[in-house]
Amino acid sequence: MTQGDNIISIQSVSKHFGPVKAVDDTSFNIKRGEFFSLLGPSGCGKTTLLRILAGFELPTSGEVTIDGQPMSTVPPHARPTNMVFQSYAIFPHLNVRENIAYGLRKRRLGKAETARIVEQALELIKMPGYGERRSDQLSGGQRQRVALARALVCQPKVLLLDEPLGALDKKLREEMQIELRQIQRTVGITFVFVTHDQEEALTLSDRIAVMSRGKVLQIDHSTRLYEAPNCREVAEFIGTMNILPGTIGEVSHGRANVAAGTHGAFEARTDGSAPRPGTPVLIAIRPEKLQMSWERPGLSVNSLAGKVGAVAYFGDRSHFYVDVEGCEKPLAVALQNGERRLDGSDLVGKPVWLSWEPDSAVLLPA
Amino acid sequence: MAVAEPGQRLGWTASGDQWNRWLRRHEWARGYLLMSPTILVMLAMLVAPIVALVVMSFWTQHVLEIDRTPTLANYWHLIEPAGPDDETAYWLGIPFPFKRAVYIVLLLKSILMSFTATVAVILLAYPMAYFLAFRVKQHKMIWLMAITLPFWTSYLLRVFAWKLMLGFGGVINSGLMKLGLIDQPLEFLLYNPIAVVITLAHAWVAFAILPIYVSLEKIDRSLLEAASDLGDRAITRFFRVTLPLSAPGVIASSLLVFIPTVGDYVTPTLVGGPTGIMIGNSIQSLFGKMNEIPLGSALSLVMMLSVTLIVCLFLWAVGYRKMQRSIA
Amino acid sequence: MVRLRIDPATAYAIFFVLFLYVPVLLIPLFSFNDSTVATFPMKGFTLNGYRGMAADASLINALKNSLMVGIGVSIVSTALGLLAAMGATRYAMPGKSPVMGTIMLPLVVPSLILAIALLVILRQVFDIPLTLWTVAAGHVLVCVPFSMLVLMSRLEGFDKGLEEASNDLGENAWMTFWRVTFPIALPGIIASLLMCFTISFDEFVMAFFLSGTDQTLPVFLYSQLRFPQRLPPTLALGSSILAVSVVIVLVSEWLRRFGVQSNKPGAF
Repeated sequence: MTQGDNIISIQSVSKHFGPVKAVDDTSFNIKRGEFFSLLGPSGCGKTTLLRILAGFELPTSGEVTIDGQPMSTVPPHARPTNMVFQSYAIFPHLNVRENIAYGLRKRRLGKAETARIVEQALELIKMPGYGERRSDQLSGGQRQRVALARALVCQPKVLLLDEPLGALDKKLREEMQIELRQIQRTVGITFVFVTHDQEEALTLSDRIAVMSRGKVLQIDHSTRLYEAPNCREVAEFIGTMNILPGTIGEVSHGRANVAAGTHGAFEARTDGSAPRPGTPVLIAIRPEKLQMSWERPGLSVNSLAGKVGAVAYFGDRSHFYVDVEGCEKPLAVALQNGERRLDGSDLVGKPVWLSWEPDSAVLLPA
Repeated sequence: MAVAEPGQRLGWTASGDQWNRWLRRHEWARGYLLMSPTILVMLAMLVAPIVALVVMSFWTQHVLEIDRTPTLANYWHLIEPAGPDDETAYWLGIPFPFKRAVYIVLLLKSILMSFTATVAVILLAYPMAYFLAFRVKQHKMIWLMAITLPFWTSYLLRVFAWKLMLGFGGVINSGLMKLGLIDQPLEFLLYNPIAVVITLAHAWVAFAILPIYVSLEKIDRSLLEAASDLGDRAITRFFRVTLPLSAPGVIASSLLVFIPTVGDYVTPTLVGGPTGIMIGNSIQSLFGKMNEIPLGSALSLVMMLSVTLIVCLFLWAVGYRKMQRSIA
Repeated sequence: MVRLRIDPATAYAIFFVLFLYVPVLLIPLFSFNDSTVATFPMKGFTLNGYRGMAADASLINALKNSLMVGIGVSIVSTALGLLAAMGATRYAMPGKSPVMGTIMLPLVVPSLILAIALLVILRQVFDIPLTLWTVAAGHVLVCVPFSMLVLMSRLEGFDKGLEEASNDLGENAWMTFWRVTFPIALPGIIASLLMCFTISFDEFVMAFFLSGTDQTLPVFLYSQLRFPQRLPPTLALGSSILAVSVVIVLVSEWLRRFGVQSNKPGAF
């Protein structure tokens, strides 16, 4: 086992269903022991990719290697992976104990040993004493745990999870997220987690691959995905992003001057390689990084004028949607509701100034 | 899997490997492989016999031997026009100028009897299905079972029961005489086309309820509420919403009754008498004591084709495809 | 004044059930009547019909034939129906609808046509003598579509993920069938076995055309209908056949619905 850090290697994998390219020439690696998420809207190919890893789908072209072994000729039942299904797929004719022990048959462990492993697994998922329950006597969260235990007792090299928290209500989902992370740390197995919920992916994962239309757009840590997205699609899929179109002007010392039509020019930091002057770009600013004021702020920050179009109240904070000339969508500004105000609607229609630090904006390719 | 050794993992012989891989790539091939025993049996016992029947219909019977020269003689035999010396046959006052009009008349008569029975079945089954779908709230399963149970009992016995009912010394006649309502047994009850139609309707009605019931049960109850809300009274609502939405079920039921009854044999034999015989009796005797197997084959195929044609015309006339698409 | 009001729909339902059951119930009713004709007024109660039935050696022989054919047919048809149902519910296949349509054909084609078509190929093409085997072949033809429909409704109800999960947990297709598919489909399988048995046990037209010297029970019954003096044992036999069918159908329907509705096959 000298495969180094990578346990899974996906090399130019494509999967076509007729004319539909569910996965389109995708390559990346997953590191040993990491919690890796595939994030994207429904239909982006994330589940297909997971099913290719499990062996339920064969790639149209390309190769998957798990722990150094090419997988193209290995059927699902002989792969070192196990899966937690979206529907949990708890066998209705077996009780919890028999469900968990299902994959142990082939190991021929003997009754006592099997019972010990099942008991241990029930401890791990905090369900001791539930062994004799049938699947219809379990809640959604419990079914999810049983599905997890059933896969873990097989000691897979990689655990595949297909939206395992999708069917749970919000509160339970948050509890399970913490528990899932703890279990992953305890067992140390590589988790590949499919979800469409960006918050879930950000909290749980070591690294996230953002997918869209069969392609991986960006693979990064949570903070980098949020603070330094590499394209408009990633920026807008993860959280809210305000977009201002512009053109690169002068570039010097990691700073670029971006001309934005009637609003004049803004200063922005260039991450990585400096763009060539004259290229069209998008200035992307997160709502919480925008300031809003009645008066025009000083010249050390970027600023532009607009008019409040609508206010959305979220309890702890409010989003102000400010109409700005030259932007297709109003810019969102997030403000903490630091003091009690019973009505914010009186602000609608008022002219305001928006401003931000040059370092707060990201330049994205147009 | 996690525990399998690398060598064990493949578990396939080298020669089988490619085949297995191909199978794994082609879902349809796995499906057909799984279904192949059933498909083979159906080919051998359904498709091949029907092909044999078609081939047989182009051969001819010469007393004890079959002449295998392909010919349309059997079909000609069925539709040959009457010569100048032949007497014209009449049915329901309509002349049938054929040499052997008996087959065509019998076919039309069977279709008419089947059609009448089908209409009767739908008229009987629809209100019952409606009752089951909309009125029965508790013990729905028990009702459904009670209604469909007779269909699963012996067809022969259900037909025989009507012989007991309608016979000269049967239950109705002896009952009415006992009550003093009649002096003489009514002879017109048994051994006529009406007896056949009644018996067919009774025998198939339990089966016909199911598709109608299913289509009624599927109707979204809020559609009915919407119709009422928009001002329809119960009766108008039934004709404007319920009936159109249950039409696919009615059509399915009609076909499930009409198609098999045209060629029924048991019912006309037991309760039909000489006037109530149907095309099935004719086919049976051609295969049986008349030993005219090629002609019998041709007659069965003509019957099946006529039924298919009628069904297709019917489906086209009611716009079945469009209906199905719009409701689904 | 209290007026008993019956809703017209309920009144119709009662009429309908009477129409459905009264003619059939005449058979068991008159089977206990001490007379050789089925007429009112009824004479005394007797079990002579049943005694006559039990004493008839050719009847017992026909019963044996029917049981053999019925059991064989139900096993073979259910196996074929299960394969077809699994293929149809699990896989996307081009040309599935014409194939399914062909398998369903015996549901609508008059059994007379099926019987004579089989007769032609058996006698004229292959010159195979008519025996209970040929009867069984005909019955399989009629039973497979029913079996397939019953099992499809059972298999459609269960998550495809269960089989994938078993596969994922290390079992190959064969073991997955025995550890997951079969136990979950079991209520449907039993229902199909029972249903195919009744169909075969009651079937007359196929048996009439395809049997040789060995008769099945319905064919024997039919031969007895011609003799008025044998009415009492014939009615007794008819009642017994009805009773057998009713019991079997009730059990199988119960199994089928039980399975589909609550999806708790853990009880098996």
